[in-house]
Amino acid sequence: MSHYLLDVKRLLCPMPVIKTQNKVKELQVDDELEIVCTDPGALQDIPAWCRMYGHEVLNTQEQDGEIIITIRVCE
Amino acid sequence: MTQPIRKAVSLLSGGLDSLLATKLILDQGIHVEAINFYTGFCHSGHTSGIRNNKKSKPKRNDALWSAEQLGIKLHIIDIVDDYKDIVINPKYGYGQNINPCLDCKIFMVKKAFEWMHENDFDFIFTGEVVGQRPKSQRKETMPIVSKRSGAEDRLLRPLCAKLFEPTLPEREGWIDRDKLLNLSGRSRKPQIAMAKDYNFEDFAQPSGGCCVLTDPSYSIKLQDMWQTRGEKNYDLDDIILLKVGRHLRPNPNYKLIIGREEGENNFMEGYRKQFPHMRIQSHVGPLSLIEGDIPDDDLEYAASICARFSAGRNDPTVTVTYHPVDGYVQEFVITPMPTDDINQAWYI
Repeated sequence: MSHYLLDVKRLLCPMPVIKTQNKVKELQVDDELEIVCTDPGALQDIPAWCRMYGHEVLNTQEQDGEIIITIRVCE
Repeated sequence: MTQPIRKAVSLLSGGLDSLLATKLILDQGIHVEAINFYTGFCHSGHTSGIRNNKKSKPKRNDALWSAEQLGIKLHIIDIVDDYKDIVINPKYGYGQNINPCLDCKIFMVKKAFEWMHENDFDFIFTGEVVGQRPKSQRKETMPIVSKRSGAEDRLLRPLCAKLFEPTLPEREGWIDRDKLLNLSGRSRKPQIAMAKDYNFEDFAQPSGGCCVLTDPSYSIKLQDMWQTRGEKNYDLDDIILLKVGRHLRPNPNYKLIIGREEGENNFMEGYRKQFPHMRIQSHVGPLSLIEGDIPDDDLEYAASICARFSAGRNDPTVTVTYHPVDGYVQEFVITPMPTDDINQAWYI
């Protein structure tokens, strides 16, 4: 299991989802991806995308205008 | 012998029509996955991502929402770079604004057709309705899309299929044509009734679509940008910034992009290293980006315009700082430009 960081600050919907989608394709099952974004739409969109593909949202936090969503890649 | 489950690609925009078209196909036992193309010109997502409207409902991507309602996978595909040629050189021209709708539809169907082949799917479908859009969704232009995209009769339009000759999925019996529709015209009543029957609530409201290229004020800004740069080109930051702030051109050589509220100011902060800009120091006020070449002897003048949009607009003086991309910050203590002196022709 490895931990990766994806910086998508300033990118607007749906780019954070597209970047997440593309990054996850490179990862292995059980890898974790920490996505740092600023578009509040990501709070809805990234969990929705994870539900669709069966990935797990481990944590979501907002801090100083940044949104950090950590997901685990599942089968 | 058991027939294989057929697989179809839905072009899912996030609007009501493609939602319903997908439901019709899913109900026929077809395996459906959806594609949504990101061109950079989508209106709703960007506006909600930038503006600080706390009263609005939770921000979401409508295509993702639709796919989740339908229980299917969505593939969002970035076509920003490839799409430029469609916007800049549309073979079939523009609609009322800078909307290359017919070229756009051909391009997207072509891309979906390529995806279909690469992923071993059988056909593609859209939520198009005859007569709903003045350029791309006419009975005469729909066959052009089928032909020019290369999809030919592997392109199905479930909401109006009965108005056309049967396509391959219908002829082969993959799809029961009797369960397809014959919708035409701009009325949305049948679709809204269907949405109710299917218990789809809170779907994206149908209007002029989500593409800002159909918006007259956006199109004027894009044309102004091309005209002043002397070339028809753009990058993603260009087309996003055209959606943000007030755009004023007090001089042919530069324009001011003045934030309208906190959300826009915060968003524009991300561009402060790329653009010279003005900040209001003595009062609450907008961040103003400067695009183009501002002459030194215009700085005070531009500062007085920016001050006009600050909380100090009626005060004798406002302190404004100018921040070049390289070089020293300059400070101006100036009188805000009177409202009557703001030339309406400066607004783009």
